[in-house]
Amino acid sequence: MMDFFATHGNELIIKSWEHLYISVAAILLGVLVAIPLGILLSRAPNFADRFISFVGILQTIPSLAILAFFIPILGVGKLPAIIALFFYSLLPILRNTYIGIRDVNPGVVEAGKGMGMSALQSIIKVEFPMALPVIMAGVRLSTVYLIGWATLAAFIGGGGLGDFIFDGLNLYQPSLIIAGTVPATILALIADRLLANLENRMTPEGLKDSYETV
Amino acid sequence: MLEFHDVTKRYGNGKPAVNNLNLTIEKGEFVCFIGPSGCGKTTTMKMVNRLIDVTEGAILVDGKNIKEQDPVELRRSIGYVIQQIGLMPHMTIRENIVLVGTLLKWRKEKKDERARELIKLVNLPEEYLDKYPHELSGGQQQRIGVLRALAANPPLILMDEPFGALDPITRDALQEEFKKLQRELNKTIVFVTHDMDEALKLGDRIVIMKDGEIVQVDTPEEILRNPANEFVEEFLGKDRLIQGRPDVTTVGQIMNSTPITVKIGTTLKAAITKMRDERVDSLLITDSDNVLRGFLDIESINNNYKKASTVEEVMETDIYSVSQDSLLRDAIHKILRRGAQYVPIVDEGHRLVGIVTRATLATLVYDTIWGDGTEFEEIVAHAE
Repeated sequence: MMDFFATHGNELIIKSWEHLYISVAAILLGVLVAIPLGILLSRAPNFADRFISFVGILQTIPSLAILAFFIPILGVGKLPAIIALFFYSLLPILRNTYIGIRDVNPGVVEAGKGMGMSALQSIIKVEFPMALPVIMAGVRLSTVYLIGWATLAAFIGGGGLGDFIFDGLNLYQPSLIIAGTVPATILALIADRLLANLENRMTPEGLKDSYETV
Repeated sequence: MLEFHDVTKRYGNGKPAVNNLNLTIEKGEFVCFIGPSGCGKTTTMKMVNRLIDVTEGAILVDGKNIKEQDPVELRRSIGYVIQQIGLMPHMTIRENIVLVGTLLKWRKEKKDERARELIKLVNLPEEYLDKYPHELSGGQQQRIGVLRALAANPPLILMDEPFGALDPITRDALQEEFKKLQRELNKTIVFVTHDMDEALKLGDRIVIMKDGEIVQVDTPEEILRNPANEFVEEFLGKDRLIQGRPDVTTVGQIMNSTPITVKIGTTLKAAITKMRDERVDSLLITDSDNVLRGFLDIESINNNYKKASTVEEVMETDIYSVSQDSLLRDAIHKILRRGAQYVPIVDEGHRLVGIVTRATLATLVYDTIWGDGTEFEEIVAHAE
């Protein structure tokens, strides 16, 4: 054990950092794209259901295959890895944003409109804050999945903890496989807890009690 | 204040939801729109603040066509209260009350001041301003909903069944409170409801709608007294029409038609005998044509017994009487206001036809409370 840390300790920290970097970059991209898209979709519910099923189909493409598809287009390295993972982050965030916004109490939205809120004000002041807990749940789910899937980035030279796992598989060294798996799991757990905290903090004060009772 | 000119709303090519509606609402008026569901009352209301657009015709607020105004600006200048209350659950009561102020970009101090000012109107403590909607009861929430509509002091307020979701006791309390508030603030209110009692209680005028058209517009009294047609009668319900009856009863219907009288020329002695025989302390005096000339009470006889011999010498000629066709409630009002024991009833020729005494009124009250059996007869008669 000590021996392992002596030889691979440095590498472990670097790889963990790479892993985190890839996952966070992908998730941020996902948030930036999926939340506005989800809000837009909520304005066109007829189209939204079809669109979301389409994104769902994308999700079913095996992750290894998608990584491989990107090699001819984007080559190898971190960027194609991030892009591929970004596609996987989309669905949970998109769907939760759409559902969250759609399920905002219509009475509240009508009241806002009747008081003279513009469409944008309604989204910023009413719909988004009220849908936030649901949206954050989507972001959390996406993040945890993504940290797991990011191990596959190593397959196209993206680095990260996946490097350990692939090395371990190639060299028949179980210790290396474990060295890749355990930190990835820990990262996912930490990220989940942090986001849970963030979710709690971002939930508007007046909504907390009602959600707790639910 | 608010005018509807040939307003029509059509969805697609079907039957119009609102058809050729004409109505003028004066400033400070409280107008209730009522009708069965789908009659177009809510559509009519929502067209005023352009939540629904008018297909044909024009709606004028303060003489300006709403179509020529920016819908967002327009809505900020009109108060709006909805049934589901629609308080923003993620905002404090303070933020909710001054929401329109926020949209109009008021300064923070102005908003604070306005919020405190408003919450006093409904007798809630200021600490409530920092609470969240879910910490309040339904009735309190709707009070805040009403305050929110008042925040920017709009002259016109639209209310869409605002008390519909509340329990009957809270609803009753809120109706009273709101009616009082409306009188104080002199707002023009367009109030949509499906509850006839509510409309009768609150409205200065009631607009009864059916299939997108106005069936009758009138004061509650007038509607109870003269329902325009069978639909209105049915919508009011037989109970209410019967309840409304005391309003339309004339004094002629309830008076005692055998008042104790003496003719002009009767001696005081005979008058006293009559009083004693009939056990009354006052006599009405008529001439040979039965025209009411005056009255005589025991006190004036006492004072003048020695000096006079006939009733016309001592009678009071300044006598207050009521025509037999006048409404009971007006007569009651007059009796009570003058503190009179009785009031003689006369016909067009000022001929005495009867008398209404306080005892008559007591009997009437008794009948109203305990029933005199005529309700059943009327219902049966109506059914036939």
